[in-house]
Order: sequence, then structure tokens, then C-alpha cells
Amino acid sequence: MTDDEVIHMEHVWTRFGENLVHRDISLSLGRGQILGVVGASGCGKTVLMREMIGLQTPTQGQVWLLGESLAEADARRKQQLRNRCGVLFQGGALFSALSVFDNIAFPLRELKTLDEELIARLVCMKLAMVGLGETDALLMPAELSGGMVKRAALARALIMEPEVLFLDEPTSGLDPVLGEEFVGLLGQLHRELGFTVVMVTHDLDTLSDLCTCVAVLAGQQLVSYGTLDDAIACAHPFARDFFHGKRAQRILGRSD
Amino acid sequence: MLASQSSAETSALPPLSPPEFAVEDGTAVVHGHWNLRGLIAASPDLRERLCRAARRPDLEWDLRGVNVLDSAGAFVLWQAWGERLPERISLRHEQQSAFRRWQTGGIPAVRDGRRPPVPIRRRIIAAIAGLGSHLLAVLALLGQLILDLAHLARHPADIPWREISATIHETGGRALGITALVGFLIGVVVSYLSSLQLKTFGAQVYIVNILGMSIIRELGPLLAAILVAGRSGSSMTARIGVMRVTQELDALAAMGISQSLRLILPKVVALVVALPLLVVWTDVVALAGGAVSAHLELEIGYHQFFQKLPAAVPVANFAIGLGKAAVFGLFVALIACHYGLRIEPNTESLGNETTNSVVVSITLVILIDAVFAILFRGVGIR
Repeated sequence: MTDDEVIHMEHVWTRFGENLVHRDISLSLGRGQILGVVGASGCGKTVLMREMIGLQTPTQGQVWLLGESLAEADARRKQQLRNRCGVLFQGGALFSALSVFDNIAFPLRELKTLDEELIARLVCMKLAMVGLGETDALLMPAELSGGMVKRAALARALIMEPEVLFLDEPTSGLDPVLGEEFVGLLGQLHRELGFTVVMVTHDLDTLSDLCTCVAVLAGQQLVSYGTLDDAIACAHPFARDFFHGKRAQRILGRSD
Repeated sequence: MLASQSSAETSALPPLSPPEFAVEDGTAVVHGHWNLRGLIAASPDLRERLCRAARRPDLEWDLRGVNVLDSAGAFVLWQAWGERLPERISLRHEQQSAFRRWQTGGIPAVRDGRRPPVPIRRRIIAAIAGLGSHLLAVLALLGQLILDLAHLARHPADIPWREISATIHETGGRALGITALVGFLIGVVVSYLSSLQLKTFGAQVYIVNILGMSIIRELGPLLAAILVAGRSGSSMTARIGVMRVTQELDALAAMGISQSLRLILPKVVALVVALPLLVVWTDVVALAGGAVSAHLELEIGYHQFFQKLPAAVPVANFAIGLGKAAVFGLFVALIACHYGLRIEPNTESLGNETTNSVVVSITLVILIDAVFAILFRGVGIR
């Protein structure tokens, strides 16, 4: 393991009761990479991501986040590690009792050392970054459309200037135009801020446009881990169906 | 290999030197971690010193020694410079982008995340309108219920027996324990306090009259209704509310299933049936508690107590108690469903409406009790 590794998993097994979700998964992700995790519905992609953040402990095996073992870190240490991560949950997970502005300001206010003016300016900057206006900032989460929820959640995930960004299905529930816009936004922010991204996605456009690294989960195992071309060359039936279906060929512009 | 490396890395905290700057020969050399985490560790007077240094127009700023610069760090510098870049500045290429975002502007100016307060007059009008809309909605719910009952009378196959029986079990059967406990204790307390008074008048035998009348006519129905309103009313509100949040109500509607027939009617019918039954149970247990206390305090035998009871309490009181219980059940269920349907998809609304549901249904129970007391003031009292 080198200093450049942001996430490192060694022989991770996950079991929920009788149900085996992950069988011996090992991977490592370098700084600045964009990892896309694909797999069938219910194959444990989100669980894998939760294990990377330390929200869930694998049944067996070790996870290192930003060079630290999550199993060995104590609660305070884990908290510090999580402060360096931003997470975009699938449903946005905005606090429904707080306005968009307060949602984004929340992690900053929790630090208890920054003054309100600085917080307001930083929040506004992040709002502008994700393309939300000043009138949107005062809305409550229940009043937002799906695309705005994603944008507000992304702004909240970015507010702490994270080194690693975890995205759970960032484009699901968005129309194709909005989805494409969101992917463009992510790519631009990645270039500017240089964070590492782990995203769970079903979206081939996102994979081919953004990801520098693709992990394919199928049959409880990691059947492919490498570039998109590696994933396309993978012989596993799920990967074949996923990357060589009609839709995939149209998007990836290949035919076999 | 991994174990040894990880232990070495755990000790090696990400090296963090707080953001600092030093002025030497007309050059301000900025160094350290100018990011959010660095700013937290910064010395408290950093921004003040920055502002003072930035007032010197001839000063050259050298940012090349900065370890990390993020938008928060850039903003602190930017603000100190008076929201512009100083004329003489040395930047690394990638640092320019951190400032560019502040330079280009177009950042919305939201000073405060709070909405402007609503004027009092409009608030009062909104409160009255709110009351009106509540009354109208409950009335509509009641009307729909009557229509549903008429529909069921014509189509008996549609009667939701399973839902009704499940709700009777949930609201009645599972409340037996708590109503018994509360009823017994109230019976003991009322009996004990009354017997102390009766002893001073030498009128010990009238304990049966006092207990019988108060428990059967008043306390039994009231206790059971308040407990059910708190216990089942809140759960009904929360359940319907979460069904709205998770769009289950929409799914029902899309399948062409009437939500009032499948969700509200069973709850109302079940409570109208279950609450009188619960009242019988509460009455019996409370009277038993009263009898125990009377036996200990006044040495009135259990046999004597229960033999005197029918003569002391006309049966009309029992009927009034049961009738009240049925009306209480109707309104507790109606109010619970009404507030459940008003829940909006956010956590705050869920909490508020559940509280409202319980508060309103308990208030309403006491109000209806008063109405019954006035209506039946000449009945069952000798």
C-alpha cells in the first residue's frame, strides 16, 4: 500500500445472516481517480461503498481509508476521517427540517470555529458551483425537484472540501439531459478540486465519460477491476450483458 | 506487510501546519495549509493580521510556499485583500483557479438562511383559515365514511373484515394490559380518598355509590379513551403519514382502491367496536381496585360491595358509558386519520401532526364528555 492510495480493501467478506453478499473482495484506488462500481441490483454495491466510508463493518477483511485502517481507528479518528469524505446518498438525504442553505451550512456550523459571514460566503460559493440560485437556497428540501435535491446534496457533500467523494447513483432519477449536465458538473469539479471519486452507478454514459476505473460486482465477487476496456473484455455473463447489450453498444460505440 | 505499514501510518497524522504568513522585506510569504481543516487550527488573530498587512499597497504576496489552498482558504485571503487580487502577487498555476471562482462573481448573495417573518395579521388569518380547513376536512372525512358505509351495505362482499379485525386486536386486545393497570390504580386511589371523607360522616356504605357512579359513568370511558388516543391514535397518524411519505397512498389510489374504504373505515369501525369493550374491561378492573381499597380501609366485604352495586348504579349509567365510548372511538380514529392525511413528506411535519393528533383527540374526548354530561343530566341519576 502506498501513500497515494485512498481506498484499500483486503479480502473483504460480507454476510447478512445466511446471505453472502461479498466474497473475498480486494481493491485499491489511487488519488485523483474516479471509480465507477457497477453490478446488478441488490448485489451489494451500496454496501461496498458503506464499508469504504466505515458506516458498515465487513464480516471479514480489512478496509483502509486515506491510509488508515477503519478496523483499528477509534471513534474520534473515524470522525476525522469522515470529515475528509463527502457522501452523496441516493435519495439526497437532505435534512428535511432545514432549508437548503442550512443543510449545506450544517457541517461548517458543526465545526463551531467559523463565523457566520465566512460560512454564508462559502455556502453561496458552493451553491453557485452546483448551479443553484439564491432563491433556491431558502427552499425546504420538500419543495425541491429531483435534480435540485441532487445538486443541493452535492453542494453539501462538497462543502467540507473533501478529499474523497462518495456518490450513490448520482444520476438516478434525473432525466437524461439533467443527468448529462450533472456528469459534466462532476467532471468539471473533479478537474478543479482534484478529489477522488467513488460512485455507484448503472449509467453507461457516466462510466464512459467520467470513470478512470471500473469495478464490476457480480456473483458476490469483483469480476473485473481496471479500465473500462478491461470491464468490457470481461467474460462474466453479467459484464457481457451489461457492456454488450444493445444499449451499451449504442453508447460505447462498439460492436462485437 | 500491511499490518506494519498501517500502524506506521496511524501514527503519522496527515501533516497539518496551520495557515500562516510572515512579512519580510516588503514581501508577505504565505505558507501552511490554507484549507478548511487548516483554518480551524489557525491562530485566532490570523485574519486580523492579514487585514492589517493587506492595507500596505506596496506589499508583494508570495503564495508559492502554500501547501494546500482550497476555496475557503482562498476566500480568507481574498477578503483580506478587499475582494480583489493584490497588484504584486506570485501564484502557482493551480492556485489561480481557487481565486478565479471568487473573481468571476456570479455568486448568489444569500446573507441569511432564514425566511422573512410573517406579519401577525396574516398569521392570525392563517390560523383561522387553518381551523376552518380542519373542520371542513374532518366533515368531509365523516361524509366519505357515511358514503362508504352505504356502499358496504349494498356490497357486503367489500367489507374489509381483515383490516377491521386486525385493528381491533391492535387497538383493543393489545391495550388490555395498560388500561387494566391504570384502571386498577385509579380505582384504588378514588376509593381510598373517598373512604377517608365518608368515614368522617359515618357514611361508609355509600362508597359503592360513589365508586359505581364515577367509574362506570365517567372515569372508565374517559380513561380508556385517553389511553387509546395516546396509544393508537398516534400510531394511526404516523402510519398513514409514512404511507403518504413513501407514496403508498398514491399506489393505492393508482390501483383504484379507495383509501377511505381500506385505511380509514376499518380504523374507525374497529375503534367504535373496541373502545366500548375496553371500557367494560376498564370498569371491571377499576371497580375491583376500588373494592380492594374499600375492603382494606372501610372493611366492606367484596360480596357486599358487588351485591350493592346494581342497586346503587342504575343500568342507564352503564349504557351512557358505553355510548360515550363508541363516540370517543369514532372521533379518536377520525382525528388520527385526518392528521395522518395532512402529513407532508418531511420529518418535522410527521412529528408535528402526530403531536397535534394526540392533543386534539384528547381535548375532543373531554369536550364530548362534557356534552354528554349536559345532554344526559337527568338520566340514570336518582
